[in-house]
Amino acid sequence: MRAIAAIGALAVAVTACAEPPPANEPGEQSKSDFLACMVTDEGGVDDKSFNETSWNGLLKAYEAGTIAEPKYVEPKSASDYEPNLKNMVRDDCGLIVTVGFNLAEATKASAEANPEEKYAIVDFLYTDPKTFKPTPIDNVKSLVFNTQEAAFLAGYLAAGQSKTGKVATWGGMKIPTVTIFMDGFYDGVQHYNKVKDADVQVLGWDKKSQDGQFVGDFSNSTVAKQLSENLISRGADVVMPVAGPIGESAAVAAKDAGGVSLIWVDTDGYKTLTEYRDLLLTSVVKGMDVAVEETVTATAQGNFSNESFIGTLENEGVSIAPYHAFEDRIDEKLKQEVDELRQQIISGELKVESDAAF
Amino acid sequence: MSENSSNELTIGQRFFRELTTGGTALTLLSILLAMLIGGVLIVVSDPDVQETAAYFLSRPTDTLLAIWESASSAYAAMFAGSVIDFEAASFGESLIPLADTLTYATPLIGAGLAVALAFRAGLLNIGAQGQILIGATLAGLVGFGMDLPPVVHLGFAVLAGFIGGAIWGGIAGLIKAKTGAHEVIVTIMLNHIAALLLAYLLTTQLFRRKGQAAPISPFVADSAALPRFFADSRLNLGLFVMLLAAVYSWWLLSRSTMGFRFKAVGHNPHAATTAGISVGRSYTAVMFIGGGLAGIAGASQVLGTESYLSTSIAGELGFDAITVALLGRSSPIGTVAASLLFGALRAGAVTMQAQTGTPIDIVLVVQSLIVLFIAAPPLVRAVFRLKVRAASPMAAEVGGKV
Repeated sequence: MRAIAAIGALAVAVTACAEPPPANEPGEQSKSDFLACMVTDEGGVDDKSFNETSWNGLLKAYEAGTIAEPKYVEPKSASDYEPNLKNMVRDDCGLIVTVGFNLAEATKASAEANPEEKYAIVDFLYTDPKTFKPTPIDNVKSLVFNTQEAAFLAGYLAAGQSKTGKVATWGGMKIPTVTIFMDGFYDGVQHYNKVKDADVQVLGWDKKSQDGQFVGDFSNSTVAKQLSENLISRGADVVMPVAGPIGESAAVAAKDAGGVSLIWVDTDGYKTLTEYRDLLLTSVVKGMDVAVEETVTATAQGNFSNESFIGTLENEGVSIAPYHAFEDRIDEKLKQEVDELRQQIISGELKVESDAAF
Repeated sequence: MSENSSNELTIGQRFFRELTTGGTALTLLSILLAMLIGGVLIVVSDPDVQETAAYFLSRPTDTLLAIWESASSAYAAMFAGSVIDFEAASFGESLIPLADTLTYATPLIGAGLAVALAFRAGLLNIGAQGQILIGATLAGLVGFGMDLPPVVHLGFAVLAGFIGGAIWGGIAGLIKAKTGAHEVIVTIMLNHIAALLLAYLLTTQLFRRKGQAAPISPFVADSAALPRFFADSRLNLGLFVMLLAAVYSWWLLSRSTMGFRFKAVGHNPHAATTAGISVGRSYTAVMFIGGGLAGIAGASQVLGTESYLSTSIAGELGFDAITVALLGRSSPIGTVAASLLFGALRAGAVTMQAQTGTPIDIVLVVQSLIVLFIAAPPLVRAVFRLKVRAASPMAAEVGGKV
């Protein structure tokens, strides 16, 4: 016992004898005192998906010095949304960013009760229950994304890359922010088939019946891996998992199988999935960080507007990531076609539709 | 051993017996100890403390100040978020935290009773989550899908919640009674079925809000809404419905014949059978009634607190309910008290996270520790067949002979 105590004391002594900082240190001071706050959904701020990307937008604004150090709260269940927002209002946040449709009603209620406060909500657009037209709230800005446009390019690219004539996608849950990726991907493949008179099949999603393969949540990586293995064994050699953190299971399955490439979603997977860089064909990027950063910067400068931000290929709110490791493995002609398609979508010549689009 | 083998009790049955014989002092000390350990965790996880600890030997005052600052501000924020906020603008507003505590406690009471009643009959009801979900689904459907006159509509919606939960609980009880399948397995399965069923229903025309792609239901009609008491809080009439449920449970357990049968079955099913009590029927009945109370908890969520259905309507309520019932030692009044404590911890945690940045998970740890301290000693005694000494000779007597 004494020996353990002595070792413990030594450890304390070793780790505890660093130099103290000078008294009265000036401390880090951001140039701005504008406080931006975020209420995540239940995924939490480190979900490797939309919460994290949105939070990164606030961090970028902080690093740029346009806002003070931002803060966030993570609800544990739907019952926490309302008290969380109440706390944020009381803490004098200049802008409250909420993430996801789950928070839509709580955000609306809080915004109506506090007309002086400003809000931004990621991935949700308020609509009239009868006319289905967007009905913006005076002090809430919606940040939404026509992700299907970028996913369309990824689908076309996947079809062009596939050797087996089969590509696949699967989702975490069957919710609009997931199926919008799958719709675009599906249409991209169909467009390839039409143009090239080919017959590339999409496994895991059927746009017409709006039905496909889903894990059922965003946390069960075992099911996610089984699903991926299943699709690969049915012949798919390009897989696009739309499932936040558990999408990584598809990377594991692809690596095990060999000869299968991957399309990542939300962010450029080349930066986050460092182990699987070699498998990444591209990523369908949804620029939530950019949108949040722009919104908070404008608000800090006194230029808040409740006009919705709709991310498209045109305003680069959505895009496909550089090909990185696949730069040399993709046919130049295919790359050109993808670029042309991008132009056609931007010019409006080609319309990519989805039930979940805005 | 062999001659009284028919009277042998399972570990689970011994555990329940041990659990319900503990004293109030043990409960209070467990809470205190858990809060202390929680305080240590808050301090250790605080970056300021970590930073100043690096030069502890050179300037210890910094660390000590940081420790004090960290723990005291976190617990002060918890108090301000759950009881009284002295910094609020008016007296009315300073009591809002208390209303938040009661709001969080409301569904826990019903769900906790569902678990507690089953405990009394010797069943482990892990299925409160599913019972809440189905109760909320049916109550919501009546709430937004039907057009009825005010009071009738509300009554009917709450009744639908009861029926939904009761059916879901009753299924588990019936399967246990008819086939002997373990209720833990069955209720866990039913939880998954309920969650997936609701997720599916929210994609259908019947449940999805018009013009909305997200899986959320329309708002419940005003005529079916549980009235709220204050403008700034979601506290609603559901609290009194839940308290009525607690009074009913008390009456059921201590004044009714049916409750007597439940307890007899829970105490010793073999003896109960010998005395002419149908064990199977008691299992089904207790799960039916308990499930119904959890269903009303779901109804109070959708008709009062949230006003619409979503997949996260039940949160983790059904699992917190198990802890609440354990902490409340399976008595109705204990369950109400435990729900209030958990409601306060939850309301306080939300404020603590916002004000001090302390992770909300600390509160989960505190909750779990409380239950661990309370449930572990009886469990150890049950597993190793230890008898309680001196403290309660009666209990030892009962445990030894019957």
